[in-house]
Amino acid sequence: MTIRRQLAVVVPSFGLVTLVVLVAAPMLGSTAINLARVFDLSIPWAENVDAQIFFVARLPRVLAGALVGSTLAAAGVVLQALLRNPLATPFTLGVSASAALGAMLAIAFNLDVSLFGTTAESMASFAGSLVGAAIVYLLATRVNKALSTNVLLLAGVMLNTFFSALITLVQYLIDFADWYRTARWLLGNLDVSSYSPLVASLPLVGVSFVLFAMLPRALNLLSLGEDLASARGVDVGRAQRIAFLSASLATGAAISLAGPIGFIGIVVPHLVRLLVGSDHRVVLPASILFGAAFLVVCDLIARTVMAPIELPVGIVTAMIGGPFFIWLLIRKS
Amino acid sequence: MKGLTIVILVFALSAALAAQPTPVRVVSLVPALTEMVFAIGAGERVVAVSSYDDNPPEVRQLPRVGALLDPDVERIIALRADLVLLYGSQTDLIAQLTRASIPYFEYRHGGLDNVTGTLRALGRQLGRSQAADTAADVIDRRIAALRARTATYTKPRVMLVFSRERGSLRNIYASGGRGFLHELLEAAGGVNVFADIDAESVQASSELILARAPDVILELRPTDIPPPEGQAFEMRSWRALSSIPAVRNNRLYFLPGRSYVVPGPRVAEGAEAMAQLLHGTGPKPIAERRKLLAEGREP
Repeated sequence: MTIRRQLAVVVPSFGLVTLVVLVAAPMLGSTAINLARVFDLSIPWAENVDAQIFFVARLPRVLAGALVGSTLAAAGVVLQALLRNPLATPFTLGVSASAALGAMLAIAFNLDVSLFGTTAESMASFAGSLVGAAIVYLLATRVNKALSTNVLLLAGVMLNTFFSALITLVQYLIDFADWYRTARWLLGNLDVSSYSPLVASLPLVGVSFVLFAMLPRALNLLSLGEDLASARGVDVGRAQRIAFLSASLATGAAISLAGPIGFIGIVVPHLVRLLVGSDHRVVLPASILFGAAFLVVCDLIARTVMAPIELPVGIVTAMIGGPFFIWLLIRKS
Repeated sequence: MKGLTIVILVFALSAALAAQPTPVRVVSLVPALTEMVFAIGAGERVVAVSSYDDNPPEVRQLPRVGALLDPDVERIIALRADLVLLYGSQTDLIAQLTRASIPYFEYRHGGLDNVTGTLRALGRQLGRSQAADTAADVIDRRIAALRARTATYTKPRVMLVFSRERGSLRNIYASGGRGFLHELLEAAGGVNVFADIDAESVQASSELILARAPDVILELRPTDIPPPEGQAFEMRSWRALSSIPAVRNNRLYFLPGRSYVVPGPRVAEGAEAMAQLLHGTGPKPIAERRKLLAEGREP
């Protein structure tokens, strides 16, 4: 099957699944709502509980799930190809730990600022992710001014450990009430309760998606080796820089929006590869669509399965993604 | 002859037990227990406290020996403690103290009964039974009186928030239907909107809050409440949920005081302040309590 034909089959089918999930998810939840009332404009907004549950509680949450799921899945695809390592995730390169450290510091110092509808924790975590990405990048380009993926990987893993230790130190030193807040933040949460954080993260996600769009062909060749990619006309250094920058930006934006939600960045790309093959021109858009649907479904389960108590969505992504992935792996082999 | 020996042994044992000295060098790793020791008039025996102790003011000058996660055993031994007040979950510390033959008193978190029960048990351990019983009786009486007073009031449905991401409606945690905060709220004449959830804390999503529609939202702030302009900013976040009666009727309050995080002798004051907010004059007590906080005094 040619790539055009494969794209013509895969993108609409994955798109349809995602669309169905995005339409259905806001209608389902722990509380029964009346859809006629939701869209009944004759009921004053302040008195329309159904409309507020739909538009204030569920819809922003579903959109946040879609945004974060697609972003982390795409970052996973890009980093696995860049590092030529199937175990790479958006959290491998230290960006997530530095983002989390930023949020921990915001909580520890009780930062009380808000900009464009985002909270201090969100802003501090995004700033943290930029610092982490900058450190890893500087380390990886220190030798010969070219990006070394080996150094990138080692520096990322080292920085992850280092920032994780700093997070533990901050948690160790702060008041118990604040410790509780940090522990909960680290579990991740998609209940954004307004559209402002989504709007604030859109430019960053938009830029990273534009950069992702430039990558698929280069990623195909890079995953075969830098020399081969170079021989086939890929500007390896440039492609690697774009891949690293876009994945870091996407990861930082996703974490600042919802905290660190694990497993998406590794399980979705592999699931998609098992379903559609390994060509990044197909894998990348399919992962973006599937990542969105996957996280929205996981969050739907998280908010309904033990209602009125909610489960952290990261637990659900791991509990569903893990066995499903193993089942597909066995079936495929 | 054999009978006489047994009588002598029993007598000697009783005498030894009676002669067991009451502790005079107490180390407390639990702020609630520190407050209890002071409340029963044994505060002068406290030689060190946890990293989180700040009440009564006398403890601020005392050495710190860690807390729940990081107790400094060496320091505790060096201070020649003859009683360590600790959490029941600190099993490593208990093992170390046992090896060093240092007595300890275990604390376990619970409801209001647990507060007064612990107070009485601690009094017995410190040889201050009468003072402890009196203090516990006072708490019981104040809570009972409050319950009686609020029994006839119309009870608002209340969400008791103890954690929220500043400037947003994210990561909201509220009291569930278990624990001393829930019991304080009920004594204060409020109905906990999450009373049916058998947990001390509930992660309250926007959907859950909209569905439960509380009449009043009380936000606990252990050490600070924002200045008026900050309060307005904080309260603005809630406006997104305008169908909730608490938001519609502007019944959103901050409630400061460490008595809500330290289940010690001040629990009755905490319940009374809560009742004052729920059934009294509204935000006025907050302003007064804020002033006390600004002056470094505990409201």
